[in-house]
Amino acid sequence: MFQENATRPDPDALLARLDAEAAQARRGRLKIFFGASPGVGKTFAMLAAARVLVEGGLDVLVGVVETHGRGETEAMLRGLPVLPRRDIDYRGHRLQEFDIDAALARAPALVLMDELAHSNAPGSRHPKRWQDIEELLAAGVDVFTTVNVQHIESLSDIVAGITGARVWETVPDHVFDDADEVVLVDLPPAELLQRLREGKVYIPQQAERAMASFFRKGNLLALRELALRRTADRVDDDVRAYRREQSVAAVWPTQDALLVCIGAQGGEKLVRSAARLAAQLGAPWHAVHVETPAMLRAPEDVRMQALRALRLAQELGAATATLAGHDAAAAAVAYAREHNLGKLLVGRSRVAWSPASLWRPGFLRRAGQQAGDLDVIEIAVEERDATRPDAGRAWVAAWQERWTHYAWTAAGVALVAVLATPLLGRIDLTNIVMLFLLAVVVSALRFGRGPAVLAAFLSVAAFDFFFVPPRLTLAVSDVQYFVTFAVMLAVGLVIGQLTARLRFEAAAAQARERRTRILYETARELSAALTVQEVEAAGLRFAQQGLAAQAALLLPDEDGRIQAGSDASFADTAIAQWAYDHADMAGRGTGTLPSSPLLYVALRAPMRTRGVLALRPADDADRSWGVTPEQQRLLDTGASLIATALERVHYIAVAQDALVNMESERLRNSLLSALSHDLRTPLTALVGLADTLALTPAREAALHGELAHSIRDEALRTSALVNNLLDMARLQSGKVALRREWQSLEESVGAALKSRAGALAGHAIRVALPDDLPLVEFDAVLMERVLANLLENAAKYTPVGSRIEIGAQALPERLRVWVQDDGPGLPAGRAERLFDKFTRGQEESAIPGVGLGLAIVRAIVEAHGGRVWAENVGTGSDSEGGATHGARFVFELPRKEAPQLPEEPPP
Amino acid sequence: MNTADSNAPSIVLVEDEQQIRRFVRTALEGEGCHVFEAETMQRGLIEAGTRKPDLLILDLGLPDGDGVSLIRDVRGWSSLPILVLSARSDERDKVEALDAGADDFLTKPFGVAELMARVRALLRRQRAAADASPQVSFGEVTLDLARRVVTRGGEPLHLTPIEYRLLTVLVASTGRVLTHRQLLAQVWGPGHTEHNHYLRVYMTGLRRKLEADPAQPKHLLTETGVGYRFNP
Repeated sequence: MFQENATRPDPDALLARLDAEAAQARRGRLKIFFGASPGVGKTFAMLAAARVLVEGGLDVLVGVVETHGRGETEAMLRGLPVLPRRDIDYRGHRLQEFDIDAALARAPALVLMDELAHSNAPGSRHPKRWQDIEELLAAGVDVFTTVNVQHIESLSDIVAGITGARVWETVPDHVFDDADEVVLVDLPPAELLQRLREGKVYIPQQAERAMASFFRKGNLLALRELALRRTADRVDDDVRAYRREQSVAAVWPTQDALLVCIGAQGGEKLVRSAARLAAQLGAPWHAVHVETPAMLRAPEDVRMQALRALRLAQELGAATATLAGHDAAAAAVAYAREHNLGKLLVGRSRVAWSPASLWRPGFLRRAGQQAGDLDVIEIAVEERDATRPDAGRAWVAAWQERWTHYAWTAAGVALVAVLATPLLGRIDLTNIVMLFLLAVVVSALRFGRGPAVLAAFLSVAAFDFFFVPPRLTLAVSDVQYFVTFAVMLAVGLVIGQLTARLRFEAAAAQARERRTRILYETARELSAALTVQEVEAAGLRFAQQGLAAQAALLLPDEDGRIQAGSDASFADTAIAQWAYDHADMAGRGTGTLPSSPLLYVALRAPMRTRGVLALRPADDADRSWGVTPEQQRLLDTGASLIATALERVHYIAVAQDALVNMESERLRNSLLSALSHDLRTPLTALVGLADTLALTPAREAALHGELAHSIRDEALRTSALVNNLLDMARLQSGKVALRREWQSLEESVGAALKSRAGALAGHAIRVALPDDLPLVEFDAVLMERVLANLLENAAKYTPVGSRIEIGAQALPERLRVWVQDDGPGLPAGRAERLFDKFTRGQEESAIPGVGLGLAIVRAIVEAHGGRVWAENVGTGSDSEGGATHGARFVFELPRKEAPQLPEEPPP
Repeated sequence: MNTADSNAPSIVLVEDEQQIRRFVRTALEGEGCHVFEAETMQRGLIEAGTRKPDLLILDLGLPDGDGVSLIRDVRGWSSLPILVLSARSDERDKVEALDAGADDFLTKPFGVAELMARVRALLRRQRAAADASPQVSFGEVTLDLARRVVTRGGEPLHLTPIEYRLLTVLVASTGRVLTHRQLLAQVWGPGHTEHNHYLRVYMTGLRRKLEADPAQPKHLLTETGVGYRFNP
């Protein structure tokens, strides 16, 4: 057993491999046709491979194939189905690009995509073709593609060194490394040059030019070697993977993980070198950038460049992080320890010395001191990256903004000199020095580091010029004063720097505090939010205050389709849909549709994605918007807060639904018990009466008549009950369409009185409608039900002979109608519950009915946009001699101006 | 038709429920009518065509088709009165039947007394059509169609031209239900069939002038959601 164990592969590693295989099974397979240079026949080889599959019956689609007018390639392409390109209008040019939506919609088994490193036209979904391919693979479509060695990101520096031409269209190494298969299409340089001469690669003039520049034999040899080696690396990986699978590996590789420390300059080259090194070592690597106060002070462009390098590292497969700390070296070393990374990669710029290094040792030395057990590897980087052409301009812009600070500082020092002049002789020179130092402190506090330095120097100069004898010259009579100057300058510089740092940190703390407060407030608002609208309002406020952006919350419907919100007119639902589907960011500054002016952030909650937040920065031209780590963190935190709140609101709704279900369950139970009583009673009576009728001797005619009458009454009672139930069911189902027409209330009252004439027979009815009652829009049939139910209710719950009054009054914008009786009044405290379903004044009562009448009244009145209530009429409240006690049921309907009638011509 | 009493009105009853047919038949025969039963629309059409009835009683929900189409068929060749029985509470069905040419309707469940009142009114109407009297009286009101004069309690009553026309249209259709659309078309013209509020205003006016208690009218009756009926 134990012996067996020793040769067994690590179960975790096997599990990881199984997971990877499962993911592979769902994903499409990527096959790369890899070449050393253009013209070696990659596209031809790809098409040839595809043709074989087509003959085998596979559904192959040509996504993009560039033939460059090469006859052999064109011949290969003939007969294959080609996907039409999509036209993209870019600054007046019509560009043709791969149509990813059409390809996904057609869902072929295999798509051919030439030129893996191609950059899509602005306005396409992804900026790079390899991202399109990733999406195809994710959708389970196999892809064949082609790429040249100079387009591999980590090799692009080396290729640039060989050929002298920089390649901008690059592919991250992981795309190449993760490909399922790489086919090297090799052609010896001599043969390639021969083909070139024969005009098989380029048309003659182009070929001449190409041969003179790129296609020099030396270049081709070097590129071929690079391509072969890169392929060999991959083969090596494959072999290692195979070994692991077959469990033949005796030696497990150690974890030689790298940490790249990205500083202010040369980050991208450092990252590429690190990527190559990591690939060669087969080790995982991390990249960090430490945000020190110095870094935060640096011009925007420097920071942006560091962040770009960090993003590049991420693309090349590194785990990345932005750290915060005073000492970059300490923070990086701590990170390395925490993540068990053995090697630190640090860039070394050509300018190895700076004035600051006098009192602060460089990053390298500090890192070396603190990381005794770690290897520190220096990588030579250029002092200034080629991708930073406008750094000088940025500096000028910064200066233009700040020169007033320097001017004010100079003025301040001059003011001190002027104010101190009359004091000369009265106070000691040392105290005048103090006054100047005060000016330094003030300018440091007010304007920062640079002006503080200026103030220190100006102060020394002014002190010398105006106060040290001989006055008004820079000459000094007493050598002692040099000590004063030196100390004054040193003290001035030090307190200036300290004060400036204090000021900076106070500002940073303030900014941090502000972000924290915004988050805190957002969190508080969100935790109190009970509806989606409240969450939306809090989210929009958060975007406004925290991110200086206009925002829209886009929510999916039940099928997961993003709905354009009410004020979301500026957001593109298609991009939002993509972000939602992929639970990722899209739009501005991301890898998907970066040319969009908006940023779309998927709101990921623990259970699922809940929606998309679309953000448009208030300042459209601000390139740094949403890129800095603070903003990223703020955005991430805010988005997850909003997502969690949305999820909570969702579950509130779910819980409420459950409650409603329970409630309706309860209602159904009470309905069933009410029905079983109220429906069975008349039915029992009917059966009994009919039997009695049948058994009664024919001659007792009077008894027959009586029985028949009872049967009729019971049947009508049952019918009324069924009517009520059907009405309620119809109203509850929400399928009742109101037929609103201009109606006269008098007419409805008349119809209701007529329909309930039987029930009202024993009561005195008084109709008190004003003559000038206007027409009101309502559904006459339903309103007749309302009035009839109220009248019937009044008749049922008052003793015979009671008075019932119907009144109405036209209020501004409302019509108020009431039915009032002089009966015993309402049971105390139950006025509102009367309108609930299956509720009656007294629970057990001999008065028939299930308590639906008033519920129907309320449903109808509320469907009309009105309201209904019940009240007791106090004694003596009626001055018109009507009922002075009893119950009053009142309802109000909204009322608009009735339409005019045409003038009737005189007879 | 070879019955003893040739004066007895003959009635065709189209209804698929046997129990309802039974009691309606019993009630009608009790009044001395001849009743011919039909269970289906097909059968009903044949009975109506061959028996030359004085009245057709028709259930709207028949197993082999919609009663409304039977009404349209019958109206193609006859003006005999048609009474519709409907289980549906939706007023639109009634309006459709009435607009198609039915004269009156009864909503199930209905009582025998109610049924007989409607049947008598329709039969009377059929007979009265021959000797149309120029004078109609109801309550305290007398309408002299020849002289175009209305009096109430002997006093002359002033009606506007539209009120007068509305009243005459209603009176001419005594015992029938007139739908809003029919009334609007006859009084205001076919272009005004959607202006229901005209009717509300003029009916209110007419009731104030003619009824003892306009809120509880005895003669100018409302069929809510359907139309109006004149009851002498």
